[in-house]
Formats: sequence, structure tokens, C-alpha cells
Amino acid sequence: MTTIFGIPLAAFLGQLLIGLINGSFYAMLSLGLAVIFGLLRVINFAHGAQYMLGAFVALLLLQYLGVDYWLALAIAPLVVGLFGALVERTMLSRLYDLDPLYGLLFTFGLALTIEGTFRYLYGAAGQPYSVPPALSGGTNLGFMFLPNYRGWVVAVSLVTCLGTWLLIEKTKLGAYLRAATENTVLVQAFGINVPLLLTLTYGFGAALAAFAGVLAAPIYQVSPLMGTNLIIVVFAVVVVGGMGSILGAIVTGYMLGIAEGLTKVFYPEASNIVIFVIMAIVLLLRPAGLFGKDA
Amino acid sequence: MGALLQVADLHAWYGESHVLHGVDMTVGEGETITILGRNGVGKTTTLRTIMGIIRARKGEIRFAGRDMLSVPLHRTAHAGIGFVPEERGIFASLTVEENLTLPPVVADGGMPLEEIYDLFPNLLERRASQGTKLSGGEQQMLAMARILRTGVRLLILDEPTEGLAPVIVQRIGEVLQKLKARGMTILLVEQNFRFASRIADRFYLMEHGRMVADFPVAELPDRMTTLNKVLGV
Repeated sequence: MTTIFGIPLAAFLGQLLIGLINGSFYAMLSLGLAVIFGLLRVINFAHGAQYMLGAFVALLLLQYLGVDYWLALAIAPLVVGLFGALVERTMLSRLYDLDPLYGLLFTFGLALTIEGTFRYLYGAAGQPYSVPPALSGGTNLGFMFLPNYRGWVVAVSLVTCLGTWLLIEKTKLGAYLRAATENTVLVQAFGINVPLLLTLTYGFGAALAAFAGVLAAPIYQVSPLMGTNLIIVVFAVVVVGGMGSILGAIVTGYMLGIAEGLTKVFYPEASNIVIFVIMAIVLLLRPAGLFGKDA
Repeated sequence: MGALLQVADLHAWYGESHVLHGVDMTVGEGETITILGRNGVGKTTTLRTIMGIIRARKGEIRFAGRDMLSVPLHRTAHAGIGFVPEERGIFASLTVEENLTLPPVVADGGMPLEEIYDLFPNLLERRASQGTKLSGGEQQMLAMARILRTGVRLLILDEPTEGLAPVIVQRIGEVLQKLKARGMTILLVEQNFRFASRIADRFYLMEHGRMVADFPVAELPDRMTTLNKVLGV
């Protein structure tokens, strides 16, 4: 059997794939956080809850209305995005003039409230969500067996990240967003409705989290706490990438997912902490993060 | 000449501090007005209050007959007022062309992009560069050019020549002359007398947060001595 650094190749590639899949979720979630932080200067602690909401909306749509995975992939982000926009409009927007700490505390409280409500209603245990029939089974790549659904997740995440990046870097809306991130007042003086832009951005970030949540449902179990476990790692990703850096969030998301996967192969004991060790090192050497512009 | 902009008894505050103490001024359609005054008398504040950037304000601002006090900041431009800030406000994360096309077109009669590039060939040449990579003079041109596209009727400029080389200052003067010829109404704050005297029709002199004198450009030579004393130049 082929080995690499004394490790069976199949095990190595298997962990690499798991790392890539985890990285796909890290990238999509940290991307949303970065977009929200960049424009709103709000550290969105409710991001994990919004991810969980996405998975739950998909699950409930299936259980109560028989809506399948594909439709849920479109509906759940829309529902959670609208909910996010509503929260921004009615509550979060009142905190912009205050210390940024209030935004953090508010979204933290929001996350606890949402997760608590779902735990009360559905219990803490995870519920299974089956892989859509079209993506069940797997493909033999020769060196390893790739479950189709996991391949799909990696591909969709790459497309989502690339699409979001293009939206921000190459379109008119993205130019408004980038300009407003730099100088909100002037952009408003030019006649652009920045309050609306803020609402859309928060809604978009929440929708992105929900989209990731639907993608995650068939891989991880749908549980009220699925976001809590993930969000801490995602914050580490954002810090390593550089707060507010879009490209940084994407690249770092995949990179740290893979680093985590590979650590499982070479030194399994450290796999749970490797991301935080990297974060500590990056903070010591480059406090602004790998892609950050200023400290 | 009908008044396009009418400001009466305008007061403004920065937090607790009262900075405008009853500004009165009118700007006629097609006129070019320069506000003179020492540093700190409230010239920039006057411009920012008219724009609606400073919201703690009281008094009257009428633009084309419309009460502007209740208009939110993001609707001011749509009413027809364009703003070129003192710090120019070129966005680093946008290319030159993105900077140029950022402000939405609010009315017909704005300059088409090709005409802007004819007027500012440097911007065409460097349209793919990062906005802040331009020289100070080019950034000022860009800050003006992007407002010309929008079709606003009143152009507000805060110290457009500050810190720029004489040749650039002259160029900015030419551009403003061209705009005047097109019928644009211009309100600017300017320290550079000679520059201002070439383009302005009328001057306001500001002291302690209010206007203390108002005279046409023809009277400028006679007033030079007093002005020099008041402005401390």
C-alpha cells in the first residue's frame, strides 16, 4: 500500500477531504462574518444561530410540508435572510451609534435566545436529515472513495465563495459596499441609501449562514447547538484571515480546515486545538491577520 | 436672478458646542459664490450643514424652493446638490473608474463619461488604478469629475486647491470656468484669494459662525486691505 510520511495514502487523503469539507463550512461562515463586520462593524455572534436556523428550516420544511432538499436550499436562506433583515432594521440598527460592544452583546443575546428556543421546542439531540437521492452513493476515485454529497458540498462552497467575492469586487453593488465600508457619510452624501445597504448586507450574511446550514444538514445532525460548536472555530478563522477581509476569510477558511484535517493524521491529539494555536501565532506575529490591512 | 439656495438663520452644533450662529446667505441660479474667512470660523461646517452631513441644525435651508431640513442625507444629492469634501474622499478599495461612477446619476444634464475623460485625460489613462494611487491633484480632479456625472445643479466644493501645485490650481480654475459656462451653480470655500477672484461672482465673509459681509467680485480690490486684516494673511 502506498504511504506518505509513513501514513497510508488512503487515510491521508481521507482526512484531507474531511478537512476540505470542514474548511468549506469555515470559509462560507467566515465570509458572511467578514462581510457583516466590514460594513456594519458588528461582530455577529448570531452567525452560528443563523446557520442552525438554516438547517432547521430545511428540516421543518421536510417534516411538515414535504419540501425536498433542493427547494429548501433556496427557501431556507431566503427565510433566514428576511429574518436577519428584520432583526437589523428593528433592533441592530439602533445600536450603530453606540460602542461596538453593544452590537456584540446584542447578537450574542440573540444567539442564546434563538438556540434556547429551539432547544426548548426540539430538544438538544440531533435529528438526521437524509442526503438527497440524486447525491447519495459515492464515486471511486481510484485512491479513495468519495461520497457524492461531500464532493457536492465542496464544489458548492467554492462556487458560493467565488460568487460572493465577485459580487463584492466586480459589481456596482459591491463598489457601494466597499465605499461605504471606507466612508459611510460620504457615500450617503452621494445619494446612496446606506441604511438600506446595511439591512441588505446583514440579511445577505444571515442568508449565507443559513445556506451553509442547509448544506450541513445531511452531513452533521440538525441540532439547536450545531452552530455554537462551529462558530468559535469560525471566529478564529476570521481573526487569522484578518477582520473584514473577504479574501482572507475564504482562503483562511479552507486552509485551516485542511490544517485541522492533516493534524488528525499526523498528531490526532492536537487536532482540536490546532486552529487556535495557529490563531495565537498569527496574533503574535501579525496582529491584523494574514490578509488584514491594519492592526 | 432667482435664488437656488436660500439659507436663513442657520444654526449648527457639534455635540454640545454651538458652531453656526445664524448663517444667512443666498446663492442665485448659475452664480459662483466663495465663502472667505479665517480657519475655524465655520466655513466647512456651513457646507456640511447645507449638505445635511451635520444633522444637529436649526433654521432654514431651501434648495429650489424645497425645505431641506427634513431631507435625509442620502436624499440630498437626489434633490440636486453635489459635494466635493476637503479631504476629497477618494476610496482606496475602488479603482479610479469605480470612484468616478460611484455617485448615482440624479438628474439629466450630467456630463457623459466620455466628456469627463476628454476633460480629464489622466483619469482615462489611469482608470484601472487604485483610487488613492493618484497624485493629490488627480484625486481632486477625480473628486470633482465624479460629481459632474450626476447632473446636480449645485456643486459644493470645500477648499479645492488646498495643498496643490500652482499648475494644478490653474487647471482646476479652468474646469470650474467650464462648469460656470454650462450654467452650474457653485458654492465653494477657498483660502486662495487669487484663485477665488478669477471664478467667483460674489463673496461672503464669515466670522464667528455667521456671515458678516457680502460683496460682488468687482468690490474685491477696494476691500483687499480690510480683508487682509480680517483674514490675517
